Amino acid sequence: MTQRSSSTDADIGRVMNIAAPLVVLLLLATIWHLAVEWCQISPVLLPGPLAVLQAAWKIRESLLAATVRTAVAALGGLLVSCLAGTLTAFLFSQSRLIRRALYPYAVLLQTVPVIAIAPIIIVTLGRGFLSVSVVACILSLFPIITSTTTGLLQTDAALEDLFRLSGATRWQTLLRLRVPGALPYVISGVRIASGSAIVGAIVGEFFVGSSESGLGALIQRKSASLVLSELYATVITATLLGTVVFSLISLGSEFVLRRWFGMSLSGRP
Amino acid sequence: MSATAAQPTVFELQNISVDFGGAAGPVLRDLNLHVPAGQFITIVGPSGCGKSTLLRLLAGLQQPSAGHIARQNSDGSAPGFVFQQPALLPWRTMLQNLRLPCELGRSQMRQNPAEDQLLDLLGQVGLNRSDVDKRPAELSGGMQMRLSLARALVRQPQVLLLDEPFAAVDDLLRMKLQELVRELHDRRGLTTILVTHNLQEAAFLSDRVLVLQPAPAGFTADISIHTADRDQNWRVSDQVTVIQQKLTKALISS
Repeated sequence: MTQRSSSTDADIGRVMNIAAPLVVLLLLATIWHLAVEWCQISPVLLPGPLAVLQAAWKIRESLLAATVRTAVAALGGLLVSCLAGTLTAFLFSQSRLIRRALYPYAVLLQTVPVIAIAPIIIVTLGRGFLSVSVVACILSLFPIITSTTTGLLQTDAALEDLFRLSGATRWQTLLRLRVPGALPYVISGVRIASGSAIVGAIVGEFFVGSSESGLGALIQRKSASLVLSELYATVITATLLGTVVFSLISLGSEFVLRRWFGMSLSGRP
Repeated sequence: MSATAAQPTVFELQNISVDFGGAAGPVLRDLNLHVPAGQFITIVGPSGCGKSTLLRLLAGLQQPSAGHIARQNSDGSAPGFVFQQPALLPWRTMLQNLRLPCELGRSQMRQNPAEDQLLDLLGQVGLNRSDVDKRPAELSGGMQMRLSLARALVRQPQVLLLDEPFAAVDDLLRMKLQELVRELHDRRGLTTILVTHNLQEAAFLSDRVLVLQPAPAGFTADISIHTADRDQNWRVSDQVTVIQQKLTKALISS
């Protein structure tokens, strides 16, 4: 009986997770619509939500193509930063000296403004897909390095003692304690990095310019052409892409953690 | 003491000091301790007196800054250790957690106990066969502690070291776990050393209670307890109350 009601509670919770933000969205769109109508704001300054929807439908083909292009570039960059980031974290976890020597340079990845590095990368690697992916990779690297390093270093002292008492080798401690223990940290790093990768790809495309067909280039073209409703539609699509990628990665990681680790991202069963 | 003199020695500590280099000076200073095989020894003392450090020293997890420590396990096995928290791997099932110590170490040290043997051990600590595939998150606090106890015994150690294992559980469960530990001690002929804050627990469980005061005082009392049965009657007996009072006096007198 209690089990049933708790599963019903969980169902309600899941529905609310989707329904509550949707209600807010509808509410905001309504306010936006009413504001544009009542204040008679010119569509050149601020198009209403319906105009934006119409514009999105009108340019749906180029929007879809641009979204796919950006998503592929971002996810490619993210994949590389996952590999490079976990390897770097692996190195960091092995020695305090390595950590001290290299960590400041990892921080640089985060602090160097992306609008400054994007043009440099484009000059070096050319105006193309590769440059866009590299910007996405650089932007998403830092969260993966930091959370994976934290995860690899943050093991329970008692568990480390247990491994020592059992005569565990360094390798066994790494593979059976540190790496699996770090997985929730890695996953939360990847979640954060996924958003950065999308932003990185769009900024990269923005600088690559019209030779690219991604969302960043589209935003640039639309803002130049002053068709504001289409610009809004593109910007909203870019935001949606980030949200969808973030949500999919969150869902996937929740599944992995539950399936193999019996825990969720919040650390609760 | 004469009764235990014939027993082989498990630990012999001579003038042991441990200094972490803190401003307060050494944690343990010139400590001597003789542990004969088969005894259930409890170490009580105020926070920061070095109880846990002493236990880690016996386990080999901590090296002394000075002094000599002799360990004589006839089979050279590592001691079983139970921590304050269950310290289970959350991604492993009950059975996999139990097996963990057997999988570690260099290949010649590793063991491969039969599943029946593991299930039998789970039964001995009061865990159910039907739960073997559950992960720690699905187990109650009491079950986790029982599993932790079983894991400490999985390599058949001769020595069991317990670092305040019942500090975080409720009273009723604590009593049950105390009885379980004593039963395992008797049945397996273990040498057990328990560190605790709880004087009632010390008086109820032990053959011998040592009161440890912060350095430089060291051991200020060494009380032997003799009884045939450690059952519910013993728990509420006058003797246990008297021992508890003795321990209280020893703790506050210095």
